[in-house]
Amino acid sequence: MSEKKLDAKIPSGPVEQKWSRYKSEMKLVNPANKRKHTVIVVGTGLAGSSASASLSEAGYQVETFCIHDSPRRAHSIAAQGGINAAKNYMNDGDSVYRLFYDTVKGGDYRSREANVYRLAEVSTAIIDQSVAAGVPFAREYSGELSNRSFGGTQVSRTFYARGQTGQQLLLGAYQTMMKQVDSGGVKLHTRKEMLDLIVVDGKARGIVVRDVLTGELSTHFADAVVLATGGYGRVFFLSTNAFQSNCTAVWRAHKRGAFFGNPCFTQIHPTCIPVSGDHQSKLTLMSESLRNDGRVWVPKRKEDAKKPPNEIAEADRDYFLERKYPSFGNLVPRDVASRNAKEVCDEGRGVGDSGLAVYLDFRDAIARMGESVIREKYGNLFHMYHEITNEDPYQLPMRIFPAVHYTMGGLWVDYGLMSTVPGLFVLGEANFSDHGANRLGASALMQGLADGYFVIPYTMGDYLAKGGFKPVDETHEASKEALASVKKRISKVMELGKKGGKKTVMEIYRSLGKTMWDYVGMSRSEKGLKKAMQTIRSLREEFYSGVQLVTAGDESRSTSLEVALRVEDLLDLGELMAMDALERAESCGGHFREESQTDEGEAKRDDEKFSHVSAWEFKGDVSKSVLHKEDLVFENVKPTQRSYK
Amino acid sequence: MQVNLKVWRQLDRNSEGKFETYTLDGASENMSFLEMLDLLNEDLTKRGQRPVEFESDCREGICGTCSCVVNGQAHGPVRGATTCQVYMRSFKSGETITIEPWRAGAFPVIRDLMVDRSALDRIISSGGYTGAKVGPHPDANSMLVSKPDAELAMDYAACIGCGACVAACPNGSASLFTGAKISHLAKLPQGLPLQNLRSKRMVEQMDKEGFGHCTNIGECQSACPKEIKIDVIAEMRRLYVKAALTSEA
Repeated sequence: MSEKKLDAKIPSGPVEQKWSRYKSEMKLVNPANKRKHTVIVVGTGLAGSSASASLSEAGYQVETFCIHDSPRRAHSIAAQGGINAAKNYMNDGDSVYRLFYDTVKGGDYRSREANVYRLAEVSTAIIDQSVAAGVPFAREYSGELSNRSFGGTQVSRTFYARGQTGQQLLLGAYQTMMKQVDSGGVKLHTRKEMLDLIVVDGKARGIVVRDVLTGELSTHFADAVVLATGGYGRVFFLSTNAFQSNCTAVWRAHKRGAFFGNPCFTQIHPTCIPVSGDHQSKLTLMSESLRNDGRVWVPKRKEDAKKPPNEIAEADRDYFLERKYPSFGNLVPRDVASRNAKEVCDEGRGVGDSGLAVYLDFRDAIARMGESVIREKYGNLFHMYHEITNEDPYQLPMRIFPAVHYTMGGLWVDYGLMSTVPGLFVLGEANFSDHGANRLGASALMQGLADGYFVIPYTMGDYLAKGGFKPVDETHEASKEALASVKKRISKVMELGKKGGKKTVMEIYRSLGKTMWDYVGMSRSEKGLKKAMQTIRSLREEFYSGVQLVTAGDESRSTSLEVALRVEDLLDLGELMAMDALERAESCGGHFREESQTDEGEAKRDDEKFSHVSAWEFKGDVSKSVLHKEDLVFENVKPTQRSYK
Repeated sequence: MQVNLKVWRQLDRNSEGKFETYTLDGASENMSFLEMLDLLNEDLTKRGQRPVEFESDCREGICGTCSCVVNGQAHGPVRGATTCQVYMRSFKSGETITIEPWRAGAFPVIRDLMVDRSALDRIISSGGYTGAKVGPHPDANSMLVSKPDAELAMDYAACIGCGACVAACPNGSASLFTGAKISHLAKLPQGLPLQNLRSKRMVEQMDKEGFGHCTNIGECQSACPKEIKIDVIAEMRRLYVKAALTSEA
């Protein structure tokens, strides 16, 4: 592979004119020629569904793939709290500029200004689009849309549909896509997992997929490939991500030449239900909108940590977020809230059986507004908490603890959302672009839909209009090679199963997750990261020396094979994350390096050395990955040390 | 706790299925029902036996993937909950728990506890949308919706497409699912332009897929994890008749 240079292709001119300029200067595909182009979209969450719908409506032939039995199951469905948009409906001084500013600041100055500005700019159209698609957002008695404030901001710009905003936005995008399925514009392939990218003459031209039901492998071709396959939080095993969420599609694209941007930037969400035991298979998040009315506290004294909360007097409670950050209080950004929770638990003041939890208390809010108002606002979340923990949050404060929730890192993309492999576009959580080192609440839904509805239909056209797409099919050498390598990989893993081994794949997976959480989680140090890399390497050795794998008799059909293939990729990605975290010897956003903190224990950024995107190039073996840097230029928002005091 | 599990095992669509019984030690009350099945599968894997294939994804009751009939009830004994939201505290130690897939003509069993629910997607693609194109639209606040209407639309839109309504219905009808989508869009002005076409096509697609007819039994609303009421079926019928009587559709 020739040496690749990073070019973000940011349009020139003032930040507020860049997107208009791009749109007026981009190349267009003649409407009659659009149907001659086929585009593959992998993933049907917010980004994938909206991209499939918009590309199909634009006139391209779209082939859409999802791993689930139905495209509506994608994990965007689980987002609860809301979606930001700079509508300024509340007349509280919001604007595109302010949303842009908050996002760049919230991301701790590790995102690209031009992308973030565009995101803020198209945010208002997302709300109009979603309402037109029938999304039942919350409304006021006037019939107008309701807004609420959300972690990390001082204006109310978050639109919501009870605690099911992700579900409603996804169903809106899914239904818009299904209309195209009906008209024949989108061809849907369900229960297909992408296992490789087919690159022809340096361009992404197809994919290899495995049918998760039959194990059958097939190849599919197009003029461009869009990956909208979500994040890689499942590398921690326990996370709020769904079971099918995995990194294989992006990791395989990475191995085929797409650089991986900022892999160490992960978001730990502060309001999750704490782990209850070793059997735990996943963590459940509760929307951080709860922090609008709930107050976070732990006992002032260690000795009180095991006492029932109602027996701890007001004077003996430490509302630590309100105490340390008086102007933002309980609404500090996620990374700050999470780290502070960890800190008080490390001090021995954590509550619950495990001591790994803090209280989120609605007593005062219920007294102020009445139980019925709280029930209307958060009823489903309270119900969910009650079901899981068997405790009634109307009577007792909730116990919460941080959990891995979102990955800001992802495949590196330029302004047009194209990766370093021409023709491979990456959307939504799968790319690295808009959230820097920390994502603000209610911004993931915004980004997924911005990319799919309002960015890709334009930038795809600009790419396709350049032409030069020779016909490709399964007889092409690149296709044969990709298919053969997938087959080889599957038989290699099946061999591991035959070798036996002491552990099941799940046991190795859990060990990987624990290593990542302990050393590449909320707080990272040089010593810990090196240990993590070592542990991951020995886990990999263990994996390759044999695992317990059971098939249905027919080798191709096995869910444990599926998991084994994903774990193989997660082991590699985990190591790259640790390498990236080690290289970034500063604290920023969700990445807290113990060696880089202020006297008060807050994250200390180092703009001189680290004001860049780290983009890793795969070189045959993870440990040999090469780091490329995209320098970040701030022309509009002057980087300052974040302060939420 | 120790539980006896009577589980439906079936290799694929064309094979005969049968119940197998397993005794599982080591489950605990705070385990979710699916975590208990995870434990069973780890156990089976270690003994070299084929794990029980079941579907799940979000494990927080919103994606609609999980789908077990537990002791004869779709999604098990907890009201307003999906299978993944059922905890072992709902069962007694020593109890025998029967676990089956959704049973309905339009949902063929494809392996163990997995069924093919793609018919539901085809019902949506036959009209479960407003028809608005992607692109610029009038400002969202230019079309007002009364709060009660917006709340009802949300109640209906809460459907997660799991198919429990079909599994619970003695007729295997998908009327609650279809009615929920038709009623959601009927409550919003954005849904009106395609309303007649939608009501007609979605109902006809439901018939085509081999779902049974609704005879007002009401099992569907008891099984629905999102507690959608059968009012939506009445609304669906009203709109279907209206559509059938107007020539445009």
